[in-house]
Amino acid sequence: MTYTFGLDTFGDRNGDADGKPLSHAQTIRNVVDEGVFAEQVGVDFFGIGEHHTEYFPMPAGDVVLAAIAARTERIRLGSAVTVLSSDDPVRVFQRYSTLNAISGGRAEVILGRGSSIESFPLFGYDLADYEELFDEKAALFAELLKGGPVTWEGKTRAPLLHQDVVPHTESGPFPAWIGVGGNPQSVIRAARLGFSLALAIIGGPPARFAAYSQLFQRALEKFGRPPLPVLVHSPGHVAATDEQAKDEFWPRWQDIITLIAPERGFAIPTEESFDRETGPHGALYVGSPETVAQKIASTLRALDATRFDLKYGMPGLTHEQLMTNIELYGHQVIPRVRELLS
Amino acid sequence: MNEPIRLAVLGAGHVGPVIARLAIKAGYAVAIATSGDPEDMALITELVIPGARPRWVSDAVADADIVVLAIPLHRFLHIDPASLGGKLVVDAMNYWPASDGVLKPFEEGGSSEIVAQRLAGSTVVKALNHIGYHELEDRARPVGASDRQAVGVAGDDPAAAAAIAGLVDRIGYDPVCLGSLRAGRVLQPGGPVFGAVLTLPEFEQAVYEDARSLA
Repeated sequence: MTYTFGLDTFGDRNGDADGKPLSHAQTIRNVVDEGVFAEQVGVDFFGIGEHHTEYFPMPAGDVVLAAIAARTERIRLGSAVTVLSSDDPVRVFQRYSTLNAISGGRAEVILGRGSSIESFPLFGYDLADYEELFDEKAALFAELLKGGPVTWEGKTRAPLLHQDVVPHTESGPFPAWIGVGGNPQSVIRAARLGFSLALAIIGGPPARFAAYSQLFQRALEKFGRPPLPVLVHSPGHVAATDEQAKDEFWPRWQDIITLIAPERGFAIPTEESFDRETGPHGALYVGSPETVAQKIASTLRALDATRFDLKYGMPGLTHEQLMTNIELYGHQVIPRVRELLS
Repeated sequence: MNEPIRLAVLGAGHVGPVIARLAIKAGYAVAIATSGDPEDMALITELVIPGARPRWVSDAVADADIVVLAIPLHRFLHIDPASLGGKLVVDAMNYWPASDGVLKPFEEGGSSEIVAQRLAGSTVVKALNHIGYHELEDRARPVGASDRQAVGVAGDDPAAAAAIAGLVDRIGYDPVCLGSLRAGRVLQPGGPVFGAVLTLPEFEQAVYEDARSLA
């Protein structure tokens, strides 16, 4: 079994050593350095999640990925996620196909509704339409990925008639995933359209998603498709010791979840809930390299998944703390997980 | 031996499967239905909701003692009220414009009151709407557990509310009956118990303080 390991960021706005926020521009330049460093320490994938907020100033991840592509040679680069519902599938394909060209075939895309929904009003979409928007656009994206002229008609964008969409890829479709948060019908949709499955697990015991992974493979069989990989995306923070990782991460986690809880329906985090989520059966991978490695290995085993993407960082953490996290993840966590799973 | 109580869960998104699994564990006979063909639900029920029977909406509702609405609220607007006529209906839905967009019919008043107006031939009870779907199973506890949490139950019909309080109790929560659907507004997004993790005394305190601040 081949396992791959990624890092994801939402462009979490950095703080300085005194907790003062850095500028959006500096945060974005730091993300470029973090992506380049991720390759140097042996990380397989670097992903950027689309967000449009003051604390996640990251609406154009593909531009940032292109900068990373120009300074790297091996690491795969992709979105995590692209909010497809409020974008044009043709443009998303074009941007990531361009990234694929720049990077010599290293582009990927993870499509999602995005549980962050600020892009809907920003671009004039109605949240009440999100299911139809995503359903149609994901189907169109699957057509675009095949290459060759596309004929398509729907309600959410202008029709296409034998349309050649450029740039063409050099060697077939690039990897494409659909991000799912817990809706089994979304798992079926991913299988039906032939996308790989990205499980976003941000709370509760990861093992409960094992049924989703089985559902995905069984659905692929049913639709006559070959098996496709499953990845797990979860938040976390790695530092030298468990205590240091928790001390650095907790205040930032508390701040951001408390801020977004009312609009997302999250419970306000408490020290008790944080301890549960950072414990062996929770969804947060916060701790020493050994603690985090053990937990990743047990999740991948339980879910029969072959890729783990750690969503590193949190608004207010410093660039230096993130670089330490990346170094420990690449040099210690990844080799240790491989060892545990071999 | 008594026949098990028959539950029809409408919706197989985030919330429906969670409620269905809890109810199966508690001994209910559970049917699950979506707007589509039950054939398409076979894999989902087999792997994600073992023990539930996928059915057409009309069949599931016809045989049910209790119908649970676990669909997006905008889909509810397309349901024919007559199809739920005479039924005891649990409204587990939320009106949550920040997350799901604005729905004009729900802009005035409590969402479950509007659901009840549209389902004039049914008895509507609001429940199971205020704990996140990703926590609902994890937090369920047997009667008497010190960390058992409370779930609000709001209805205008006391007997119906008591029946749903029984459901809530059996799946793992301490029911708190609020006197009316209107009083159930405290369970809505933005209210004092929405998304919160509260034991029975904490829940009563939170609701009491909210009622007092409104007075």
